[in-house]
Amino acid sequence: MSAVADTTASTGGQPKVTKINEAVIRLAGNSQDGIQAIGGFLARLAGRSEQEVMTFMTIPSTISGGPSIFQVRIGSGEVLTAGDEADMLLAFYQHSYEDHIRSLKLGGIVLYDSDHVTPKPEWQESYRHVGVPISSLTVEAIGGTGRDKGKNIYVLGLLAKVYDLDVTKLKKLIVERFGGKDASVLNNANSCFDAGYNHSLENLLKSYQFYAAPSKGGAQVVMNGNEAIAYGLLAAGVRFGAGYPITPWSDIMELLRKELPKYGGSFIQCEDEIASVSMAIGASWGGRVAVTGSSGPGISLKTEAIGWASMAEMPLVVIDVQRGGPSTGMPTNIEQSDLNIATFGGHGDSPRVVIAPSTVEDCFYTAIEAVNIARKYSTPVILLSDQGIATRIEAFPEPDLKTVVQDLSPDLTPVPEHKPYDLSAPGGITRHLAPGTRVASGKYPVVTGLEHDELGHPTGSPKLHMSMTAKRRNKLRALAAELPVPTTYGPNEGHVLLVGWGSTQGPLREAVDKARSLGEPVSALHIKYINPLPNGLEDIFKGFHRIFVVELNDEGLYGYGQLAQVLRARYADPRIQGINKVDGLTWKVKEILDRVRTLTQTPVA
Amino acid sequence: MSTIAFPFATLPRTGTAPLIPVAPLADADRKPLTKKEVSADHPTWCPGCGDFSVLALYFKLIERRKLWHEKLTTVAGIGCSSRFPYFVQGHGAHFIHGRALPFASGVSISRPDLHVFVFGGDGDAFSIGGNHFTHTARKNIKLTYVVMDNQVYGLTKNQTSPTSPLGYKSKTDAWGSGDRPINPVKQAIAAGATFVARTSAMNPNHVLATMESAMDHDGFSFVQCLSECVEFFPGAFDAAIPRKGGVFNEISKDHDVTDEYAAYKLSDVAWPGQFGTFYKVNRPTKNANEAKIIADHRAKVGDAADWQILQKNFDRMK
Repeated sequence: MSAVADTTASTGGQPKVTKINEAVIRLAGNSQDGIQAIGGFLARLAGRSEQEVMTFMTIPSTISGGPSIFQVRIGSGEVLTAGDEADMLLAFYQHSYEDHIRSLKLGGIVLYDSDHVTPKPEWQESYRHVGVPISSLTVEAIGGTGRDKGKNIYVLGLLAKVYDLDVTKLKKLIVERFGGKDASVLNNANSCFDAGYNHSLENLLKSYQFYAAPSKGGAQVVMNGNEAIAYGLLAAGVRFGAGYPITPWSDIMELLRKELPKYGGSFIQCEDEIASVSMAIGASWGGRVAVTGSSGPGISLKTEAIGWASMAEMPLVVIDVQRGGPSTGMPTNIEQSDLNIATFGGHGDSPRVVIAPSTVEDCFYTAIEAVNIARKYSTPVILLSDQGIATRIEAFPEPDLKTVVQDLSPDLTPVPEHKPYDLSAPGGITRHLAPGTRVASGKYPVVTGLEHDELGHPTGSPKLHMSMTAKRRNKLRALAAELPVPTTYGPNEGHVLLVGWGSTQGPLREAVDKARSLGEPVSALHIKYINPLPNGLEDIFKGFHRIFVVELNDEGLYGYGQLAQVLRARYADPRIQGINKVDGLTWKVKEILDRVRTLTQTPVA
Repeated sequence: MSTIAFPFATLPRTGTAPLIPVAPLADADRKPLTKKEVSADHPTWCPGCGDFSVLALYFKLIERRKLWHEKLTTVAGIGCSSRFPYFVQGHGAHFIHGRALPFASGVSISRPDLHVFVFGGDGDAFSIGGNHFTHTARKNIKLTYVVMDNQVYGLTKNQTSPTSPLGYKSKTDAWGSGDRPINPVKQAIAAGATFVARTSAMNPNHVLATMESAMDHDGFSFVQCLSECVEFFPGAFDAAIPRKGGVFNEISKDHDVTDEYAAYKLSDVAWPGQFGTFYKVNRPTKNANEAKIIADHRAKVGDAADWQILQKNFDRMK
């Protein structure tokens, strides 16, 4: 478990209890085993307790079958990542055991299903092996039906025993999860849990107990990034959406489809990605800030219409849950390789806003912010999430919904006259009129993708093309001036500055903590506003000798990842270098620090 | 958590126009809009183009049915005929090629107080936008779609269109088109359109009557309107113009518009085919289905405020 572990003699002949401040548990099995459910239970339990929690999962892109893992890290202190190495590996099958034993720290515990796993003698010394016939005991627990469905709950019982988890709270979670179904489902779940909890772990003498964590003060909510984005959109007042199914974006559309009608809104499943973005833009013109979203290839398909929204100055929110690319790529793996298409993905000069949330909590607030920026600046806003944060479960302080939730009903108040593309508007910021609005002058505006005059009528005038292009660009400069300048994690002066964006904030911060604890002057800067960039970054860069942009994308032809290339172009600073990888997995702290150490050995060219 | 607090409820419409209140107008006090009041830019079409007639009849429809400026919602994609919204004094949107229908669907579903008219050409409707045509019909989204079919790409200057007849010589088929043309009426019926009619720009009264019944239909109303391209395909529709020796065959009054098979049969009548309403049935619209889903959900949440509805979900995630 963690470095700080002391052993207390327990009373009454019970096994010894070791106090720990965090645990990293990796569950490995196949995708239909309900591994995510165990992780979900543990995460929610932590959210309802004082512990912090972070999860990480991989799932195969096949429907059923194929290896799947869920890693959960529970800590009494601040938890920034799902952990580099596991303290415990729970292996359901031989392949789970063999493929994941290396993710276990030396001396860690491997708890395996002895019905399916034959332990290897050569690993016995390095890892503590504990075998439990999980499958057969599960079948026994639910009355010998011959099916082992429910072994995930059996395992949950085992873990509850080992980690001395709050059984009352866990049982309540089980009721919440299965209570709505047939009574036999809940009964079986309870039987499995009890059987696991009461299984005698004779050869696993120790039991662990988390140190009490400081009170978080106030309620916590537990959800994943996709849920946080969907709920953020609802809170923001989005009442129309359109989409097409694609992993990992689909969860967001499913949730919105289910929830929007309660608020008087609709989410339409369309025939394709192009129809989805077009329908959302239509609804935005109708006076709603509408949302569409996708992943991977779906974003490519939407680019023409996003360009129209840029040209016609229409508010629109596009959620891009990035996955490994290009093309179909790696649908269920993490990658941050859509920064370029989000920022530059359109023909012609088509400025748009790109923002990237860094935590699950940030997903909720960033969704609201995306809506508000789209509305204020009449622009498409692309929210760059990714597969990692989409499926990662975190607990965060419950938002004060009463103050956060917005009403964005269409404004149809009659106006004396209106120019949707008024060139004299301060900052170039204008708004369109929703159809249904009366214009007393009798001159009605048109919204269009052709270059246009102030009323939206087509023009071939070079002068107008120049001034309208400037208008569309200047309003994003006005936004840049309003954006908060990010601050460094760690001192604002030092040797190395790690620059990151999106879901990698946790590992970067943990890398800073680790390096600082070893006396290495490393700080981190996280950039949330990708396009436009906030002003003032150059002043932060001045405080460091080396600037490494850490991204989950390829180093590209010239040695820089996608954000690094933008920063290089803007600041022309030769100290900016890339730290990149595309293995489809989240950063390990060790990986980042190893690369930093190698790079700092060579001077800046 | 840092979020920028942008005040939105009170955000004014930006621009330089004075923000003085405008008095509401009662419909009873308003006169029908004249052609002068409802026309905007002068059309960019070639002299003699059939589309002029469709535009003039849209104006007539607006006057006759007392449609007001602010309610006029005219949407188009790309093509000669898709320039339509610029010529109408009302709210208009000129969207991208082939996607006028999904755009209009977004307006239709989110704004039930408006009736959306979509105008476009055969390339926009059946080639690049073919998928959307099928699905908008299938979903029965309430809007009127008038396709001004000239059987050629005009804006890009004479390439084969999906409705060009076999043997048509264009810049992309100098030796004559060999691809079987689409039969728009048949396509619409097969896709599930609930109102399918065919007319010709050369017969103004017929166009007006057809557009009017299309507008009154509760569902996806599709009108194929033959509209001659005098520049690239002159004389294409002479066979349907009595003045030029053709016949304008109106669908017999005996035709049962709810009979899908009879409608198919009728759509296969040899060139220049039949004119009038082929098919008209009532089927719940997507708009109505969505409204019902909303009503059911709203009944369950009662008079809870939006934040309270969301709070319920958050309470379950604690």
